Amino acid sequence: MNTVPTKLRSGGAFLTVFLKEVKENLRDRRTLMSAFLTGPLLGPLIFVMLINVTLNRELDKAEKSLPVPVIGAEYAPNLVDALKAGGVVPGPAVADPERAVRKQDADVVLRIAPDYGKAWRKGEPVQVELFYDSSQRDANTSVERVSRLVESYGRQQGALRLVARGMSPTTAWPLQVARRDQATPQSRAVLMFAMLPYFFVITVFMGGMYLAIDLTAGERERQSLEPLFANPVARWKILCGKLAAICAFSSASLLITLLAFAVVGQFIPAEKIGMELDLGVHFAANVLLLMLPLVLLLSALQSMVAAFAKSYREAQTYISLLMLVPLIPSALLSFMPIKAQAWMYAIPLLGQNLGIMQLLRGDGVSTEQIGLCLLGSMAAALVALLATVQMYRSERLAISA
Amino acid sequence: MIEVRDLHKAFGAVKAVDGVSFTARDGEITGLLGPNGAGKTTTLRMLYTLMAPDRGQVLVDGIDAAVDPLRVRRELGVLPDARGLYKRLTARENIEYFGRLHGLPEDLLASRRDSLIKALEMGDIADRRTEGFSQGQRVKTAIARALVHDPRNVILDEPTNGLDVMATRALRQFMTGLKAEGRCVLFSSHIMQEVAALCDRIVVIAHGRVVADESPDALRAQTGENNLEDAFVKIIGSDEGLAA
Repeated sequence: MNTVPTKLRSGGAFLTVFLKEVKENLRDRRTLMSAFLTGPLLGPLIFVMLINVTLNRELDKAEKSLPVPVIGAEYAPNLVDALKAGGVVPGPAVADPERAVRKQDADVVLRIAPDYGKAWRKGEPVQVELFYDSSQRDANTSVERVSRLVESYGRQQGALRLVARGMSPTTAWPLQVARRDQATPQSRAVLMFAMLPYFFVITVFMGGMYLAIDLTAGERERQSLEPLFANPVARWKILCGKLAAICAFSSASLLITLLAFAVVGQFIPAEKIGMELDLGVHFAANVLLLMLPLVLLLSALQSMVAAFAKSYREAQTYISLLMLVPLIPSALLSFMPIKAQAWMYAIPLLGQNLGIMQLLRGDGVSTEQIGLCLLGSMAAALVALLATVQMYRSERLAISA
Repeated sequence: MIEVRDLHKAFGAVKAVDGVSFTARDGEITGLLGPNGAGKTTTLRMLYTLMAPDRGQVLVDGIDAAVDPLRVRRELGVLPDARGLYKRLTARENIEYFGRLHGLPEDLLASRRDSLIKALEMGDIADRRTEGFSQGQRVKTAIARALVHDPRNVILDEPTNGLDVMATRALRQFMTGLKAEGRCVLFSSHIMQEVAALCDRIVVIAHGRVVADESPDALRAQTGENNLEDAFVKIIGSDEGLAA
């Protein structure tokens, strides 16, 4: 009896817990599916589908002929011809243009007044009405196109009149605006990929979620936490082993998703609309670096939340609420574009969000930004870790019933 | 040897344990008998340092549980009220996990594991995942897991709970074996016959207090009852929560 060594090999308990949790969870099909299949692959798939639908629609709109109901087309044959030349197919008149637009029967309706011809011949200004609904974002490209065609026809005719009176057309336009768009093919892509950082965070979240629940609330529900705590190992060491297992799973999820994005990036026809998308090795490595402290932070938060819960189901409820938190910075940035300040990189989630967007823009992230991002998130992760250790010391944690 | 001195533990206004003292000696089986809700499990939880007492002292082989809880846990083998096994691990892996947490070297772990599997007659289930184990198979695995580090002191919380007659018999024999090896065995029960049949010493707990601490013979003499069952009822004051 008692041939037991009195001193535990250093790191032995940590490693034992880590290896056991990994082994046990590799045997759970639901955890595997969530961590290695649905979690990391669903994001890229949905993403590609969304992007393809959006891109194809944009491309369609720009090239395809556009049917537009025209009321009073007979009063302005020349204008209608000009529209036709611009790809517009004038349709039969509709009785109620307001209704047609509101019911989305037509993106845009053009109305030409009956006295168009008379006024035109007298050289008086005439009005052409465009009916549209700007809250229908889908229709905006069509409206823009028709409006531009009508306006340029007007300008062209104005210039012809001036020339007929022996004046230079430039007299009427003393000022000319020259647009110099600084958007690069990459930065144009950013608008479309604003949700990408959220996909990465969610993947990390999903990858560790089932483990976090299983290793605390689940173990408590199965009543195995009490025997575990009867072993001569400090609780914080047990917790660290468990956290390491959660981190291993969520990191694996992140790796798979980065790989999937790199593959899938090849199939996004971004260059068709003058965008450039680089989801390759350089991008993946930087994202991985930025996300590492987040992996620890999220696993600690998940464990803490799961430790509050009495049962597996309860923990699931809490954790799905926690899942909404990472949505905040992504939603914030897409609704109100803010100029990134240096300090913002130090805020967990927001920093990663800004960093990943910057990588997408092709600007790259500076060492300072990476440093701030890592430091800020690491500090938050440590606080969460200490709070979870504190929770693990609670007497009530181990008591199942 | 386990010494308990004047333990107190309250949950809110409820005094679960209210001044419990007793000693469990090496080479003896000590039974903690009491009706359900008497404070047995709470007392044991303070012994294996899952809970800290509000007042009082626990000494295991002379080590104060409040001072060095890790060493106390190393000297104890514990079968808690909660048996929870890891259902995705085999019985063997369950045992090995706890052995490694105790820091056993792999060769010693293997020999301890195999001898426990043999002693508890669980060779046929050792390589099965514990999901779907019967109550008896679960208790066997949990006991092997608790004793893998060869502890001098063994604490068993209601070990025969939910077992059938054959499994109960086997477990009682195993406990007698532990005693013969010179270990200090402390177990709780609400079953009078079991305590009477096994124990060298009986500590009767009711309402969080020790109401008797004697050998079975002394208990009979003290109460003037020939039958132990009648003796217990007389001591506790009612037969509520006890089983024959």
